Amino acid sequence: MTNTHPPSPVTGQHTPQQAAWSLDASGIPLTLRLSGNWDVEHGGMAPFPQDGLHTATPGQVLQLDTQQLENWDTAFISFLWDVKQAANHAGVQFDPSTLPGPAQRLLALLPPEPAKPPAAQKAPAPFLDRVGDKTLRCLDETGTVAVMAAETAKGALKALTGKSGMRLKDLATDLWNAGPSALLIVGIVNFLVGAILAFVGLIELRRFAADIYVANLVGIACAREISAIMTAIVMAGRTGGAYAARISTMLGNEEIDALEVSGIPVSTYILLPSILSLSLMMPLLYIYGTIIAIFGGFVVAMTMMSGTAIGYLTTTVNGIALHEFIFGFIKSFFFAGFIALAACRVGLKAGRSAADVGIAATRAVVIGIVGVIAMDALFAIIANVLDI
Amino acid sequence: MAESSDPIISVHDLTIAFGPKVIQQNVSFDLKRGSIFAVMGGSGCGKSTLLKSMIGLLRPASGQILVEGEDYWAQNQRRRTELNHRFGVLFQSAALWSSMTVGENVALPMEMFTPLRPDVIRRLVELKLGFVGMEHAVDLMPSEISGGMRKRAGLARAIALDPDILFFDEPSAGLDPITSARLDDLILTLRDGLGATIVIVSHELPSLFKIADDGIFLDAKTHTPIAHGAPRDLRDHSTIPEVMAFMNREATVQDASATKGETHG
Ligand SMILES: Nc1ncnc2c1ncn2[C@@H]1O[C@H](COP(=O)(O)OP(=O)(O)OP(=O)(O)O)[C@@H](O)[C@H]1O
Ligand SMILES: [Mg+2]
Repeated sequence: MTNTHPPSPVTGQHTPQQAAWSLDASGIPLTLRLSGNWDVEHGGMAPFPQDGLHTATPGQVLQLDTQQLENWDTAFISFLWDVKQAANHAGVQFDPSTLPGPAQRLLALLPPEPAKPPAAQKAPAPFLDRVGDKTLRCLDETGTVAVMAAETAKGALKALTGKSGMRLKDLATDLWNAGPSALLIVGIVNFLVGAILAFVGLIELRRFAADIYVANLVGIACAREISAIMTAIVMAGRTGGAYAARISTMLGNEEIDALEVSGIPVSTYILLPSILSLSLMMPLLYIYGTIIAIFGGFVVAMTMMSGTAIGYLTTTVNGIALHEFIFGFIKSFFFAGFIALAACRVGLKAGRSAADVGIAATRAVVIGIVGVIAMDALFAIIANVLDI
Repeated sequence: MAESSDPIISVHDLTIAFGPKVIQQNVSFDLKRGSIFAVMGGSGCGKSTLLKSMIGLLRPASGQILVEGEDYWAQNQRRRTELNHRFGVLFQSAALWSSMTVGENVALPMEMFTPLRPDVIRRLVELKLGFVGMEHAVDLMPSEISGGMRKRAGLARAIALDPDILFFDEPSAGLDPITSARLDDLILTLRDGLGATIVIVSHELPSLFKIADDGIFLDAKTHTPIAHGAPRDLRDHSTIPEVMAFMNREATVQDASATKGETHG
């Protein structure tokens, strides 16, 4: 490094010199010359190479020449810290006595070495170890969730006899949040899906002059699959995320600890109302969603095709067998149970900081949506085997 | 029946750790009935963690905690919960249940574990909140009251079941000096009134000197307790540099550079 900006004689003003250093290894003791402006703004954060002193013989003294030093700030201390470490490594004695007093004191605050991240965590475990570890953890997790589900089911049975100790106020709040307050969004989504299905269906069916079958198409698709899935996805985003966020916030506030210490079971106080209300409300929302979806299809069909309203509705009613509804209804119940359990588990497992709340909410939504779709595939296979 | 001179809790050679990370080891002390026991030490030395292992939230890596002679961690979950009903805990963050009003917070343990009728519980809630000067806040939500008020409400909840052992984690942190002094008086009154034994984690030296009559000093560097005794005795008689520095609010034990050389060299 060299001085690139000499002082300007024309204006007589003093332009700040760039930070520069040079090592004079010829003399005894070693001398490190520092000049210019050692602040972050002008000098940047110049590093001193770790092996910068490897030519020096151990036991030598390193002196600092600071006569041409101008301004300095933390950047200077950072550089000196590097020098000090390099000197330590090379066995050279670092002599700070020529530094400005405040710089000496700041430097004395710093430990000889920056803290190293623990080495053990860095080394990646062998592949098989990791697979085994993951598998064990998965099994462990499955076990935990199963226990949670069992405890909630037990709690629900007790709740029927009124002895669970669950606060009815909590249940009412959760029921409201998982049901009536979701009507609008579930309605909008299902209406649009029904309308889109009818639109696409009509365009294709018209080529075969089979327009009227659009009623069957929309009815069966929504009752059997789409309304159940759409409603579950909306609720995973809406209620699942909220559950996870709420529980992980309680964890961070030590509220869960307080429950445990008092011997108040977390399963009845926190999990039961949440899981129960979503499981009760989702099948109802599904029925409501299916009706709205069929209505969405009806509106599109009425504007695009010539049949009568009565004709369309009759075809719909005749086209959907009751068991399609029952199938969708049962699926919705299981989707709800899964979403709520997963969300609660994610919340309880979360860390204790504000960022962890966000992570937990995101994770609960993702697990909820992916899980619902995977479960639906499973249901399709089962239905196929059982010939439903 | 236990003699009244027997320690109510005695801790034997306890090691507390998070996984492989040992927080404190060789922790042994007796909690005398009716005493106010101070857990002292620098920030991060493991005071809250020690408290957690005494109230059943963190299983110690080794050692025993005897509650009136009964090995706490050797019991099953159900028995531990029963023992916990004798404990009242005020958490460092108060930990009021945020979906319930202050009154409901205090009432819940009573509804859960006593056969009392709702109107009796209501009266008791008023009483407990009255002890801590919070009777006006009975119908407010935890988010609607100040940090210091939350601490006091947490205290009311801790004494809901008239426990014989109270654990307070930094009860006066974040309180103004006057409220803090009133809290000291309150703690003394509670001890005498309820006949409780109190374990208190605190950095408030004046309050420790005033109320605590026994204690332990945990050292963060060696991960062991380095002193036992009442805070005022430690202040007046201890010759251990770390303890002297803590009690006299000195910045460093020795010259800064010498300490550095010692720890890192
Ligand atoms: N869940 C955890 N996992 C791993 N380490 C933890 C965990 N909680 C606390 N620790 C560590 O345990 C040590 C003791 O923490 P603890 O909260 O008991 O300190 P403290 O003495 O109460 O401090 P303060 O006075 O600041 O409250 C700290 O070093 C902390 O990093
Ligand atoms: Mg603490």
